[in-house]
Amino acid sequence: MIRMPEPDQQVLARRDDIIAALRHIVPGEGVIASENELRAFECDGLTAYRQLPLAAVLPSTTAQVAEVLRYCKANNVRIVPRGAGTSLSGGALPLADGILLGMGKFKQILEIDLPNRCAVVQPGVTNLGISQAVRGQGLYYAPDPSSQIACTIGGNVAENSGGVHCLKYGLTTNNVIGVEIVTLDGEIIRLGGKHFDGPGYDLLGALVGSEGMLGVVTEVTVRLLPIPPTARALMIGFPSIEDAGDCVAAVIASGIIPGGMEIMDKLATQAAEDFIHAGYPLDVAALLIVELDGCAAEVDHLVTKVESIATQHQAVNCRASTSEEERLLFWAGRKAAFPAVGRISPDYYCMDGTIPRKRIAEVLRRMSEMEQTYGLRVANVFHAGDGNLHPLIMYDGNQPGELQRAEDFGADILRLCVEVGGVLTGEHGVGVEKRDLMPSMFNETDLNQQQALKCAFDDAGLLNPGKVFPQLCRCAELGRMHIHGGKLPFPELERF
Amino acid sequence: MTHHQPGDAAELSAIVSTAAAAGETLSITGGGSKRRLGRHAPTASTLDLSRITGIVDYEPAELVLTARAATPLAEIEGLLASQRQMLAFEPPDWRALLGHTGAPTLGGVLACNQSGPRRLKAGAARDHFLGFSAVNGRGEIWKAGGRVVKNVTGYDMCKLQTGAFGTLSALTEVTVKVMPRPETARTLLLPVTDATAALALMSTALNTPHEVSAAAYLPTAVLARSRVSGALPAGNGLVALRLEGPAPSVAHRTDALEAAFGTSARLIDVDSSTLWAEIGAVRPLLDSAEIVWRLNPTPSKAVQLLHILAAQPCDASFFMDWGGGQIWIGLEAAQAGPDAKASAIRAALAQTGGHATLFAAPDELRAQTEVFEPLPPAHAALSQRIKRNFDPLGILNPRRIYKEF
Repeated sequence: MIRMPEPDQQVLARRDDIIAALRHIVPGEGVIASENELRAFECDGLTAYRQLPLAAVLPSTTAQVAEVLRYCKANNVRIVPRGAGTSLSGGALPLADGILLGMGKFKQILEIDLPNRCAVVQPGVTNLGISQAVRGQGLYYAPDPSSQIACTIGGNVAENSGGVHCLKYGLTTNNVIGVEIVTLDGEIIRLGGKHFDGPGYDLLGALVGSEGMLGVVTEVTVRLLPIPPTARALMIGFPSIEDAGDCVAAVIASGIIPGGMEIMDKLATQAAEDFIHAGYPLDVAALLIVELDGCAAEVDHLVTKVESIATQHQAVNCRASTSEEERLLFWAGRKAAFPAVGRISPDYYCMDGTIPRKRIAEVLRRMSEMEQTYGLRVANVFHAGDGNLHPLIMYDGNQPGELQRAEDFGADILRLCVEVGGVLTGEHGVGVEKRDLMPSMFNETDLNQQQALKCAFDDAGLLNPGKVFPQLCRCAELGRMHIHGGKLPFPELERF
Repeated sequence: MTHHQPGDAAELSAIVSTAAAAGETLSITGGGSKRRLGRHAPTASTLDLSRITGIVDYEPAELVLTARAATPLAEIEGLLASQRQMLAFEPPDWRALLGHTGAPTLGGVLACNQSGPRRLKAGAARDHFLGFSAVNGRGEIWKAGGRVVKNVTGYDMCKLQTGAFGTLSALTEVTVKVMPRPETARTLLLPVTDATAALALMSTALNTPHEVSAAAYLPTAVLARSRVSGALPAGNGLVALRLEGPAPSVAHRTDALEAAFGTSARLIDVDSSTLWAEIGAVRPLLDSAEIVWRLNPTPSKAVQLLHILAAQPCDASFFMDWGGGQIWIGLEAAQAGPDAKASAIRAALAQTGGHATLFAAPDELRAQTEVFEPLPPAHAALSQRIKRNFDPLGILNPRRIYKEF
């Protein structure tokens, strides 16, 4: 297991005083101290890691957030911010000597500004909640992480969340135009706003994806887009993963940026079909789903083009959706791929590396060699447009040694991603999970320079310590999403 | 003044280390085309990166390009065009505006977050910057980001470098996301009576799903200066809306917009790209103004801002881009006064939200006046700490953004 920073015994000894002081700042039920109630906060989506916080604080105003942070700084108390707790990388894992700062009471949509196509919301509003609030105006918020019914926009800002549509529409960082943050000093700072760009250093850009380590977000301004009038999906089967990858490259080379492009290998396709009965072909080595959105004239034109490209790349079958129901059916199997794999294996780990797409055949070949070495199988789902891999390593945690083998396997996969020119994480974040793999991508100078930014915001190191940057020990417990007993954290959420 | 000209990152690192030890301040330059952008703050020496050039890797199907920082933009854009791709943020050509002839470089474009008309739809330079190597103010070589389009490994240091005007590190190698060049482009020109009508039209058009990729308002007086003015209808000012994409899609969306806003004149192909290149280059204000401000208000407040400023800018001296989110204003030195109207402009922006940049002005004015919008104290202190942590001795482009650092 990844080691978290040693608790500060002096802070633990002052627990009662700290709780009393926090209750003074956030009265009523805003401070949670009983063990039973704290259980709700002991982990996020990375459920293999659990820790009760010193206390949970649930402020409801920015002024309270500022006062809590000032108190924590003055009293050397660590802070772990939390949105909905859906992080897959342990970004909201509590610390024994730290408070858990839950932003769940910041639930209001403050303003929908149609002329400027943006919305000003509090950080505890869910990602999907924003799109639902503006749907009547024909607008939506583009980034759509798979947990969007539960995850909050504040958490999205912290993690720079992605989703299926980010090749065309960008990640959180490309769609958030302003934030209000509270710094550890209790200063309230507005970064960005409804205007374009901003003066001075792009601190908004630096804050998005900083995993709760630079400041606490108390308000977010998001860019809204008009809803595309039409969307159609194609379901294309290939005799090999290489052919599917080549087809994806050819689609992009032809000048088309689809709304979404997903590949599943044979094992994932089979598992998804058995589970959902979406009508996936089972005689193919790879299944590609391509979604095109825009005006009907454009979508129909591009569907024809993609069909023609697929034919030139050995596609053995190709179906284009002709109704919204059919489009959703094509997606249903893909969206259920994770739980579908959970049905055929007692446990699995989900990895999240990105690679240059042209290396996909090599990476898959080496992964299948690793399957032999480790005696474990992998099912692959793949955001093909942007090269973001989600290999699912299947194992049985009840078999002695199998968990360790799966973890070693996962570490090898992530190292392989870096070796071929890719990165450790495309969308889940570093968090606790991939923290100790950071040196495989960055040398000490690189990491120090990132920490130079951290130090400008938080020289005391009190905001979410133990995340992103390796500390103390670099053990072999490396990047993965732990699934136990076939049970996903948040089983009701779609997984991409 | 010493003129350093390293050939690679290692030589650059050695030069900066030595300069740091001596406290020798450095002005970083690539092609020199933006030397007069930002505060006028002379340094002891020049750090000329123009030898650090060359395209390192270009993978059209991966949508990424890696080049050494001082690779001329023209070379990059030429290569991208050969594969029917582009930098989607449409870096504008500011040479005439800034009075320089040097060749803009990719590193310079990123360091200044230089984005053109398509910024409205495709995002700014900062949204396309994926990774880099650089040398910080201690002379250390460091890297961040990656060479793939989707990456959240570590802090997003690319954003911090974009628009830092070389004050945090000198870039040596950069990776950017590239996008397919649209198959066709068409610009619709719609006559409007005044700025109020123009802003309302742009806002309505941008709220439709017709994917307008650029939206500008050109008052009558500035229209005459366009090289495509022969193709433009006479009369009042015009709103220009650009549609891009596959031919059947552009045709469909043209019909839809014309059904909503009336029949327009259309520019296609070269005429369309000429018009937007002129807008990006601020050509409508060139020759008539000695001082050029760039205003970035809350877009819906663009007209309110102009009304507050009504004493000065007449039709002859402004136009809007980015659907009202960017207003370029030209002033004659005589009407500008000692602070180039900075206090009047910033007081007006305080009411509408947004920020203003004194873009083109004589050196003396850019030394005396805050070129960029002053920051609130906590924000300024934070920025100063970041500068100190990257460049503790303050030798990289000191005082180029703010006089405090």
